[in-house]
Amino acid sequence: MDWINTTLQGTLLGGLYALFAAGLSLIFGVMRLVNIAHGDLIVLAAYLALTTTVMLGASPVMALLIVVPLMAGLGYLLQRLVLNRTMGEDILPPLLVTFGLSVILQNLLLTGYSADPQKLQAGALETASLPVGGLSVGVLPLIVFVVAVLTIAALQWMFYRTALGRAFRATSDRQDIAQLMGLHRAHIFGLAMALSLAVTALAGVFLGIRTSFDPAAGGARLIFGFEAVIIGGLGNLWGTLAGGVILGVAQTLGAKINPGFQVLAGHIVFLVILAVRPRGLFPRMD
Amino acid sequence: METKMTKSLSVARATRMSGIAMGLLAVIVIVMALAPYWAGRAELRLFGEIFLYMALASLWNLLAGYAGLVSVGQQAYVGFGGYMFFALAILWGVHPLAAIPLAGLLGALIAAPVAVLIFRLRGAYFAIGTWVMAEVFRLSFAQFSALGGGSGTSLPVDIVKSLADGRAAREAAAYWLALGVVVAVVGLVYAYLRSSRGVALTAIRDNELAAKSLGIDIWRAKFTVYVVTGGLTALVGALIFLQKLRISPDAAFSVNDWTAFVIFIVVIGGIGTLEGPILGTLVYFALRETLADLGSAYLIALGVLAILIMLKAPKGLWGLVRARSGAELFPLSRRVRGLDD
Amino acid sequence: MRDFPLKTGSNAGQNTLLDIRNLDAHYGDFQALYGLSLRVQAGEVVSVIGANGAGKTTLMRSVSGLMRNQAEQVVWKGREIGALRADQIAALGIALVPEGRLLFASLSVEENLIIGGQMKRKGPWTLQRLYRLFPILQERRNVPATALSGGQQQMVAIGRALMSNPELLLMDEISLGLAPVIIKSIYEALPSITGEGLAAVIVEQDIAKALAVSSRVYCLQEGRVSLEGASSEVPRDAISRAYFGV
Repeated sequence: MDWINTTLQGTLLGGLYALFAAGLSLIFGVMRLVNIAHGDLIVLAAYLALTTTVMLGASPVMALLIVVPLMAGLGYLLQRLVLNRTMGEDILPPLLVTFGLSVILQNLLLTGYSADPQKLQAGALETASLPVGGLSVGVLPLIVFVVAVLTIAALQWMFYRTALGRAFRATSDRQDIAQLMGLHRAHIFGLAMALSLAVTALAGVFLGIRTSFDPAAGGARLIFGFEAVIIGGLGNLWGTLAGGVILGVAQTLGAKINPGFQVLAGHIVFLVILAVRPRGLFPRMD
Repeated sequence: METKMTKSLSVARATRMSGIAMGLLAVIVIVMALAPYWAGRAELRLFGEIFLYMALASLWNLLAGYAGLVSVGQQAYVGFGGYMFFALAILWGVHPLAAIPLAGLLGALIAAPVAVLIFRLRGAYFAIGTWVMAEVFRLSFAQFSALGGGSGTSLPVDIVKSLADGRAAREAAAYWLALGVVVAVVGLVYAYLRSSRGVALTAIRDNELAAKSLGIDIWRAKFTVYVVTGGLTALVGALIFLQKLRISPDAAFSVNDWTAFVIFIVVIGGIGTLEGPILGTLVYFALRETLADLGSAYLIALGVLAILIMLKAPKGLWGLVRARSGAELFPLSRRVRGLDD
Repeated sequence: MRDFPLKTGSNAGQNTLLDIRNLDAHYGDFQALYGLSLRVQAGEVVSVIGANGAGKTTLMRSVSGLMRNQAEQVVWKGREIGALRADQIAALGIALVPEGRLLFASLSVEENLIIGGQMKRKGPWTLQRLYRLFPILQERRNVPATALSGGQQQMVAIGRALMSNPELLLMDEISLGLAPVIIKSIYEALPSITGEGLAAVIVEQDIAKALAVSSRVYCLQEGRVSLEGASSEVPRDAISRAYFGV
């Protein structure tokens, strides 16, 4: 029973990791960009939610109404003003610029909020639990998992059923020919980053409710998201959810064996999968 | 006309300027080698640190700027080298002077299987893969209780004393080791890039497809660079923690100290040039010594500067110098002589 | 070699759609076009012929905005557009069927057509009308575009361009790599495409085909116009001279 409970907790944790990963996966899919600052942007969203809750006295979930559009706007501007200038055949410029951005963000947060760990207060929600067949399932982890599933379903729908998704796929296939269709590449890229950071905002707020965070917490979030993407298989959003769950379960099982093994166990599962299935468990067929 | 041209044309690497620069460089190295006799303790420490960063920057530049292997996880080898040095010296009683090269050798040995695994990741995902690897190293050494686990350990006094008699002599020895390693690393990188393998590497960077069609084994070329760089980075790591006399997982595998700063140094100085990392290190330390009191603001400024350089002058400060004057301290490019006769 | 007067902007007629004036185009240090001038009237079909490397595709890229040049060197209805981006030019009503078709691989046949019409310009072309012109595409509308045969892919590429309801259709080597029977059927569809007054520039290696479908012809050689004239009037030997430079 204990092991089943641990696995269940890990699965729910995997939902959060899938949220970390979805934004990363999206921009890689559309413009082959890997954003090293992704984790720091997740943490930035958590801090923005903190400020919102403190200033307005709102609950963290209400703070989403402000933080999501704010991060989306920031994403659009970041892409149009900075990252679009680095896009091209050479992977070095975007990599190094987002790496620089990561260091800048960490130190801005350090200056603005100090190094003390913070947490978003969600009141009774944090401790509420549901009894399920002799197990007790936390309501909050369950909500996060459901939000992750809904987010991925929505992204999937957007990608394959809407005009925006069509524009994303066309731009991903052939940037120049997409321009001939009247699609302005710089704008499409801006929209992709806006959407990515909107998802990142969700991830950041739920991170902040579930655990404490500090300005240096971004690196690990980037890595967890990245591991979920690679485990699941590049270009497959549902695979990313599965990857997040596998990572989450590996971590909680590792922690059960020895608290020092939690993160290490996740990394080891990732490396094993990289060794035996380098294209991930569910690579996109094409 | 044609016969006359073939007579007067010649291909050369060295220019008069690079000849003078090489001579000047030799003088600087000799003067720096005598530093223990003319510099104070604090300066000696600073110089040692500068040399070690210069070596790290040159190695990262070889990896990212020439082999196209953009790693953000070189702290794995700095920390591994440091830990191996401590383990060899403390646990197995190896003399420190022998433990340093051994740490480098072990670094190269561990780099080989790591490369096999993470070379499966392409481009930018490779970068994050290297970071994961560094995290695995950090978390593993945090479990290593013989060397203090998560809180780390110090180098025992008797081991420190076995290096040389007296504090001044020990500090001079550590300094000379740092100077020696930077001269060796820069010289090695230079020699490597001039060799046929180095030319192949540059060909891969410039056009992977064309290089492949010329029969260059790309995987092997990159593998060799990764393993050699890993070993030498571990060697530098051993020297870094010989200077610090204390090691802990967080310090040894710090992404900021051993990768972020190194990347900033190379980007500011000029990525993909031999001179860039050297110039970048000098600029970085000049800024640090004057602005370090600003704390995070200094790091923010450094990040902004690196981004601006990446966007506006991707070949860095050295690229600007070179565009102005055509100067090349380490002659790599071949020049055709006699065209203007 | 030039046996016709150089045209300038001053004598451009009322109905001139596209007016290319002394266009120089460069790929880095390499110059591909030298002072090229070309004009397309409303509703006119113009063909451009020339050997490989003569600059035909560079010309198409320059007009469609995939290659950006000096603003005043390409004029569209009196407006200088040479420096605009490809998406801005597409919005003005110039559509390109690129050499090699270049369909979107992750879009279905129908999605490729729909995205061609995503600017929502008004005009005669709709999905239904395209499916009447190329019935096979309706049958296969839900398969990935790259799963089609070469000829069917070319139909999608033409349809994708038509869906934007352009005023000028640029077609770059639409018969390249296709079987003769397929080429024939595609060329048979051309009159019903250009019949309603749509102007077109057709780049073609096959000189006879080019002359048959166009009212005027331009021959390019080494980045310059080497011959210009009415398709029905230019003598064959003049074309050979202009084409091969012998």
